[in-house]
Amino acid sequence: MAKSALLKSSLAKKYWMAFTGLFLGLFLVGHLFGNLQLLIPVSEGARDQFNEYALFMTTNPAVKVLSYLTYLSIIFHAIDGVLLTIHNRKARPQGYVNFKPSTNSMWSSRNMGILGTIILAFIVVHMTMFWGEMKFGGLDDTVYTTANGEEVKDLYTLTIKTFQDAQYGLLWAIAYAFAMLAIGFHLSHGFSSGFQSLGVNHPKYNGFIKKLGMAFAVLVPLAFAVIPFYIHFVLEKI
Amino acid sequence: MGIFESNAPKGPLAEKWTNHKNEIDLVNPANKRNIDVIVVGTGLAGGSAAATLAELGYNVKTFCYQDSPRRAHSIAAQGGINAAKNYQGDGDSIYRLFYDTIKGGDYRSRESNVYRLAEVSGNIIDQCVAQGVPFAREYGGLLDNRSFGGVLVSRTFYAKGQTGQQLLLGAYSAMNRQINRGKIKSYNRHEMLDIVKVDGKARGIIARNLVTGELERHSAHAVVVASGGYGNVFFLSTNAMGSNVTASWKIHKKGAYFANPCFTQIHPTCIPVSGDHQSKLTLMSESLRNDGRIWVPKKKEDAIAIREGKKKPTELSEEERDYYLERRYPAFGNLVPRDVASRAAKERCDAGYGVNKTGEAVYLDFSSAIMRYGKEAATTKKISNPSDAKIKELGKEVVESKYGNLFQMYEKIVDQNPYETPMMIYPAVHYTMGGVWVDYNLQTTIPGCYAIGEANFSDHGANRLGASALMQGLADGYFVLPYTIGNYLADDIRTGAIPTDSPEFDAAETEVRDRLEKLVNNNGTKSVDHFHKLLGKIMWNKVGMARNAQGLKEAISEIKELREEFWKDVRVPGTTKEMNAELEKAGRVADFLELGELFAKDALHREESCGGHFREEYQTEEGEALRDDENFMYVAAWEYTGNPADAVLHKEDLDYENIQVKTRSYK
Amino acid sequence: MNLTLKIWRQKNADTKGKMVTYQVSDISTDMSFLEMMDVLNEQLINKGDEPIAFDHDCREGICGSCNLQINGEPHGPDRGITTCQLHMRKFKDGDTIVIEPFRAKAFPVIKDLVVDRSAFDRIQQAGGYISVNTSGNTQDANSIPVEKENADMSFYAATCIGCGACVAACKNASAMLFTSAKVSQYALLPQGEVEADRRVLQMVEQMDKEGFGNCTNTGACEIECPKGISLENIARMNREYLKASVK
Repeated sequence: MAKSALLKSSLAKKYWMAFTGLFLGLFLVGHLFGNLQLLIPVSEGARDQFNEYALFMTTNPAVKVLSYLTYLSIIFHAIDGVLLTIHNRKARPQGYVNFKPSTNSMWSSRNMGILGTIILAFIVVHMTMFWGEMKFGGLDDTVYTTANGEEVKDLYTLTIKTFQDAQYGLLWAIAYAFAMLAIGFHLSHGFSSGFQSLGVNHPKYNGFIKKLGMAFAVLVPLAFAVIPFYIHFVLEKI
Repeated sequence: MGIFESNAPKGPLAEKWTNHKNEIDLVNPANKRNIDVIVVGTGLAGGSAAATLAELGYNVKTFCYQDSPRRAHSIAAQGGINAAKNYQGDGDSIYRLFYDTIKGGDYRSRESNVYRLAEVSGNIIDQCVAQGVPFAREYGGLLDNRSFGGVLVSRTFYAKGQTGQQLLLGAYSAMNRQINRGKIKSYNRHEMLDIVKVDGKARGIIARNLVTGELERHSAHAVVVASGGYGNVFFLSTNAMGSNVTASWKIHKKGAYFANPCFTQIHPTCIPVSGDHQSKLTLMSESLRNDGRIWVPKKKEDAIAIREGKKKPTELSEEERDYYLERRYPAFGNLVPRDVASRAAKERCDAGYGVNKTGEAVYLDFSSAIMRYGKEAATTKKISNPSDAKIKELGKEVVESKYGNLFQMYEKIVDQNPYETPMMIYPAVHYTMGGVWVDYNLQTTIPGCYAIGEANFSDHGANRLGASALMQGLADGYFVLPYTIGNYLADDIRTGAIPTDSPEFDAAETEVRDRLEKLVNNNGTKSVDHFHKLLGKIMWNKVGMARNAQGLKEAISEIKELREEFWKDVRVPGTTKEMNAELEKAGRVADFLELGELFAKDALHREESCGGHFREEYQTEEGEALRDDENFMYVAAWEYTGNPADAVLHKEDLDYENIQVKTRSYK
Repeated sequence: MNLTLKIWRQKNADTKGKMVTYQVSDISTDMSFLEMMDVLNEQLINKGDEPIAFDHDCREGICGSCNLQINGEPHGPDRGITTCQLHMRKFKDGDTIVIEPFRAKAFPVIKDLVVDRSAFDRIQQAGGYISVNTSGNTQDANSIPVEKENADMSFYAATCIGCGACVAACKNASAMLFTSAKVSQYALLPQGEVEADRRVLQMVEQMDKEGFGNCTNTGACEIECPKGISLENIARMNREYLKASVK
């Protein structure tokens, strides 16, 4: 019984949701630290530093394991979310004529599915644009020669150019910010909800978890979102 | 017909129960599997009995009209449950609890039953704690007690203001365990509409499935009626809307004597009636009388001005107020027993001093308590020379911590802030001490038919003490009935399953069906509630807190007329073959219309005042109850003979061998 | 007050229902919501129509029978109360009030506003108890001290009245608050610890079988619960279940 309980029960689905969600939160922090390197002025060797970092992230075995865990988490989180949503829909086949959930709960908490879908769409676009290019893109216009003399994609230039593009740069930045907004809302509920699902709830610490979650939901996506605008408006043009 | 014999065991009081248990027949475990027991009602008594009988191995079927056993009205009991545990070391004992109960009941209950009740009271607490009932505890982790009206020790166990709820959920959980084991089959949304007797013995019931409307036959070797009291005969009471006398009344009509119907408890602290639309009354826990002071204006002009909204109670000075309980009963003051407090409120309101629109309310004032607690708190907090405002603020905090939920409930209903202006209260029908007559084994005069909890008459005499109803319900269900019923069932081990296709079942079902059809096909013009309200008015005005011969005679004829009118002119929409709340109500009110008459007849015959029964002709010069032990120290058990008016009186004399009968005095 | 009422009418479980509009007049602000319903029913009976079926019993907020979805919220706009404790002074003259049954697959409609909540009973039957027989010589009630804080938390969890507002309010019709309240009541007491694992596994299994949705931690249940049962109980059940499943 115990075994199937951890796979099939409604609570188990929530554990996995929480577990993968919180893991992805951690991933976001790591990702953010990488991205912050884009704020380094061009003149101070930003291109070298960022591209070496990108290379390290794609080749180091430990990082590789982590990144596969991240992909798995995203897929699992998304599939689990879809399964839960389908199940939840079935739990109320006949809806209310008049339903006022806004009086008793936050919008984001009720729309995690929609937010998640937006985020998933973003991830797909994001991956094709940067990570896909990095992995599978040809070595056409931007090439970076590593310290070992190896030729790889110049991710730095690709990124900076995307957001400095005179025609579409600002649009990309805005689209990016919109996705970050979705992530922010998703996190504003998801962070503390993950703890709750895993049973981490104590009157003494609840306030702290809630505040930490809110801070996380505001600061992390904000920091992400600032970078493209910084690149567009502030950073010297390359 | 029937066996009208108390069957109280002989021997010393303290050994009666033990000896009796040792002597009664037992049913061996293998045979219990072949015996079916029906329990009607799933409150504290029915729920606990069903669970215990199932644990013992009997096959139990439970019936309740609610959608779940958990909703029985025991759930609404607030204050607590008494038990002679003496955890506080204040000299409590089984004997004291026994004595207090007999005295509180104004010497109209059976000694042997009450002693047994006190004896098993401690077991109830042990059992409930083991079940996981979260009673209030002290910081040391041990159980807390509080004191309650009319006694001198702290023996009341409680779970905030929701003791009844917690105990009921305990019994319900014990039932659930047996349902899970398959030993209880629980028929919810089912109402018992008649008992079936075969060869003079109770052998089953006819029940209506309230969802489909179908009539069902259920057989058993014994039938236990645990369907609660009949306070709703007054229409307005603190009972639940569905609480009814039907199960008790049906067995009465089939041979069970009905005892002391006129013994009804009117609870002094209820929220007053606000208008004709009122459907039910809400009780405020008696514990409020520990700190609240009850008063009305001294001058009639002030009372009139308050009623008309021209004056506020807070504008009246101390000298202009009449704290009538403190004036009349200096020793007990606001803490006199329920019957005394209720009558005193009625006396003042009848004299024209009532304080709400209808003139039927008195004040329960917490301002002195707020100031007193405020001063104490200021001292504890070492605040020197606190201002009045500060004292008031501190005092309010203390009062809130003690009664916060009650104050909030009051404010929701009345829309007045009881911290700022005195609460208004008025007595309301709350509990019925009378009920189906039972012997020491809790068996009615129908062999194989038992009555437990509020449905029987047994333990509270003419007045019940606070926190004793829960005790009695659970004592009957957990610790008494499961043993005593074995004595009867021991003869049934070879009987085998009772068939439901017998002529007796046919006849009972036909009778029930005809009556239901008659109700829905009546084509009258007035709703069931119309008649119920009229009945309630007659009962309250003429058979209520104070009764006299003339009023009672009028009531008897008025109820009879109303009953005839009801059968002529009631309108019940819908059919019998569906969920039909009006049809359910109609059946219940039809029974109340019969019971009401017997009730008044009983009150008329009892020419004395005792406990909840106050006859205006029998009072002292100071207006206190005047009991007549010479002529009325008996249980009045009525036998049905075809008409409530023609009921035959049987007397069970009460012998007090261990207690000296005294006049109750709270002065 | 005069009011317009839009009420769900449904003959029985097998027929389709619809919203029907009624007018009531001369409603006193002192009336409770159910007394207002009584007035409407009296009106319907006098006209020869069928009155509206709704569950109610104690009318003092403790039995858990009454269960109306009023203007989009279980037990109406007020907080910390049941439908029977809602008073008409919360509404204004001329208001339109929409009254629906609690909606969930696990709470099928029986008639009009009456739903079948026996799923709750079955969850309790699956393990919501402590297995102790009634013997009369169970150990003394004071033989196991219980920390006051735990006893109080257990009590607060146990104050659940089983009305189903948590399910009705939840966007997923989840019964987590109800189930976790019972699990918590026992988990917090030493008496309940012995069977804690079995209890939580069985109760959750039954809860899932009944067709309730999953918990999304929106917190709507806690807000709408007439007894203010805390979300902490859900977390506690999550913990208890996790602990029991990995054992």
